[in-house]
Amino acid sequence: MNEESLSAPASKILAGLLEARTGQVISANRFWRIETALKPIMREYDIPDLDALVAVLLSVESDDLQREVIDAMLNNESSFFRDTMMFSLLQKQVIPHIAKERASSKKLRIWSSGCSTGQEPYSLAMMFAEESFKWKDWDIEIVATDISQDALNYARKGVYSQFEIQRGLSVERMLRYFKQVGSTWSIKDDVRSMVRFRQDNLLRSSSDLRNFDLVLCRNVVMYFSPEARHQAYHRLAQALHPGGFMMLGAAETVIGYDTEFSVSKDFRGCYERRPAGEPLAIRA
Amino acid sequence: MKKCLVVDDSKVIRKVARHILEALEYDVDEAADGEQALHYCQETMPDVVLLDWNMPVMSGIDFLRALRTIEGGQGPRVIFCTTENGRSHIEAAIEAGANEYVMKPFDRETLETKLQLAGAE
Repeated sequence: MNEESLSAPASKILAGLLEARTGQVISANRFWRIETALKPIMREYDIPDLDALVAVLLSVESDDLQREVIDAMLNNESSFFRDTMMFSLLQKQVIPHIAKERASSKKLRIWSSGCSTGQEPYSLAMMFAEESFKWKDWDIEIVATDISQDALNYARKGVYSQFEIQRGLSVERMLRYFKQVGSTWSIKDDVRSMVRFRQDNLLRSSSDLRNFDLVLCRNVVMYFSPEARHQAYHRLAQALHPGGFMMLGAAETVIGYDTEFSVSKDFRGCYERRPAGEPLAIRA
Repeated sequence: MKKCLVVDDSKVIRKVARHILEALEYDVDEAADGEQALHYCQETMPDVVLLDWNMPVMSGIDFLRALRTIEGGQGPRVIFCTTENGRSHIEAAIEAGANEYVMKPFDRETLETKLQLAGAE
């Protein structure tokens, strides 16, 4: 028996644990990633292989180890202004549209769901910072959540490696919004303070993440099973004001799911929460 | 097809960059230092220049300053691509007229977005 087939059952158990806790699915042809992702933890705890790791997880009640294992298996890939076109759509069209609707209250609430290591909410914060003259007397709230505590800790610090900082970020924004500290780049306090980070599991209901005007949930549900996706869409819809907008990742859609969203006619790639009372079926 | 001049004294880097740029459908030419690059630009002005900093004969920054003064030299989008990663170098490059800045090492995706950000695509 070769090494791969030996480790397959352990991989399956670990993938099952990940899905149960987070909704993220790892398909069988990507099981090889599990071992790579968990190697640092196995080294740290002196655990020889995945079978032994599963044995430890099953025999010891260690929430910390389990959390570490799940965190390590999560896909936290991110970049600043991921999909430049979509951010430009937000800045030039979607946000101005919402702002018009909110002209009397001058309040804007945005949720970056699945914010990973913070690049997405900080991109939003930079967008507002660079048009600060427009938003002077506005109350802009950017709430960023992720299931991974490690990712959130990283995000809160706002310190990025050379490799991360130039992923999607223009040199102009890099110089304006970051300080160089050795070989890393640290986001300036005025931008950092615009984002509020907190932990959240998209598949659990939460009563206080509500009344948003815009929700970004990009490249998150693509890792979910269809059922989990459905659940996540419902949760995201509940979090939006009627008429509020949701933006998904470039490869994601709500089409094919029975949701409270309709495809935005004005903003390509955005979804709108149907106003209250509008029937789900298309009227004749 | 847009023309991109890769200016680097390392043959390996030129080859890697050429590989990435050709996949993005650029017509690629190479120069091994700033002086060669300047001669090239006096003959044929490229649309994009991917520029190393430290090179023998003429450095990247000296090339860039010279390029921006010659006829048609305002046109090319210039992207520095260098191991110089200090803020002062980056600021000097922008001051001299660079449109973007890539710190080595880089990967295909980083270069691709930087080309977009520089308005070179």
